[in-house]
Amino acid sequence: MKLAHGFVVAGLVLASPAATVGEIPLGERHSGYELMTPELRAMQDDDAANPGMLSVLDGEALWNRADGASGKSCARCHGDATSSMRGVATRYPAVDAVHRRPIDLEQRVNVCRVEYQQAPPLAFESKELLALAAYLGHLSKGLPITIADGDETRPFIAAGREIFELRQGQLNLSCAQCHDDNWGQHLAGASIPQAHPTGYPLYRLEWQSLGSLRRRLRACMVGMRAEPYADVAPEIVDLELYLAWRARGLTLETPAVRP
Amino acid sequence: MARVLINVPAKARRGEIIEIKTLISHPMESGFRTGTNGTMIPRDIITLFRCTHNGSEIFRAELSPAIAANPFISFFTVAAESGTLEFRWTGDNGFVQSETAELAVE
Repeated sequence: MKLAHGFVVAGLVLASPAATVGEIPLGERHSGYELMTPELRAMQDDDAANPGMLSVLDGEALWNRADGASGKSCARCHGDATSSMRGVATRYPAVDAVHRRPIDLEQRVNVCRVEYQQAPPLAFESKELLALAAYLGHLSKGLPITIADGDETRPFIAAGREIFELRQGQLNLSCAQCHDDNWGQHLAGASIPQAHPTGYPLYRLEWQSLGSLRRRLRACMVGMRAEPYADVAPEIVDLELYLAWRARGLTLETPAVRP
Repeated sequence: MARVLINVPAKARRGEIIEIKTLISHPMESGFRTGTNGTMIPRDIITLFRCTHNGSEIFRAELSPAIAANPFISFFTVAAESGTLEFRWTGDNGFVQSETAELAVE
């Protein structure tokens, strides 16, 4: 009974125009790329200068490498990724038929590894998992984000939006207060972006490495002095799904470079 | 083995000034950071980058601990003759990486 009630509320939140006050109008949304310096944009645009491309090459090698008890590579089932996997990354996080929950691209890779390759799952933020996600993301570079907006995904998008608008942490901030209401302004020396996940996994100069959206969200939550979600928490995927839905139509730029 | 990206123009006119870009994956651990257990993380950096053209050195850079991970090195040279460019990175813990690229001058 309680569960059904929750779904009704979630449906209302999405349908009600009052709940979307503060949301960035579709035409005004843009990638964080637009806020970067010309030097940093050049770094991202030049495949020979973008350090994320090193991981894309690693990912391509992993795609073709046999692994696990089955001795299969990703390519054994999926074939030539440049044609078979183009556009796939634009649809993630997507609802998985077995888990009946949205899973993100990294989790999808691990589901494949466990079920079909019979290999142990790769750790989140491991070099290999980031490389495979970067390779798959790069194959969809330039394509618009197209999150399925149906009955299956809607409750999870609503749950993600609720987290996005929830004030939390010692600073009592919500994601929306920065990224909906104050984007384009500055937080200390850094520009506040609109928070569209268009380039993950991306190379952050501050990290000096590639990092996932999970890592980015964790860093944001630590900054808000809130308790970050665990890697396996369903909330983090709901939030990722909401962010992707919120960025629908924007083109993927994996691997992006950010300051 | 480190992953390397090299960008050399496939063709160049004789006497043309060309840009050569290189990117190599390397942690460039400075040796000044402490790990989660409080002990120092030992230094692990690339110390020397060298580029030769048909065996003679055309560019050399000495790298220091203050250089960020995955060093990107770009430099210009005059395309004098066709031949092989050899790129060599050497560093701590016996790190050696060598790559070649062909340059055609017409």
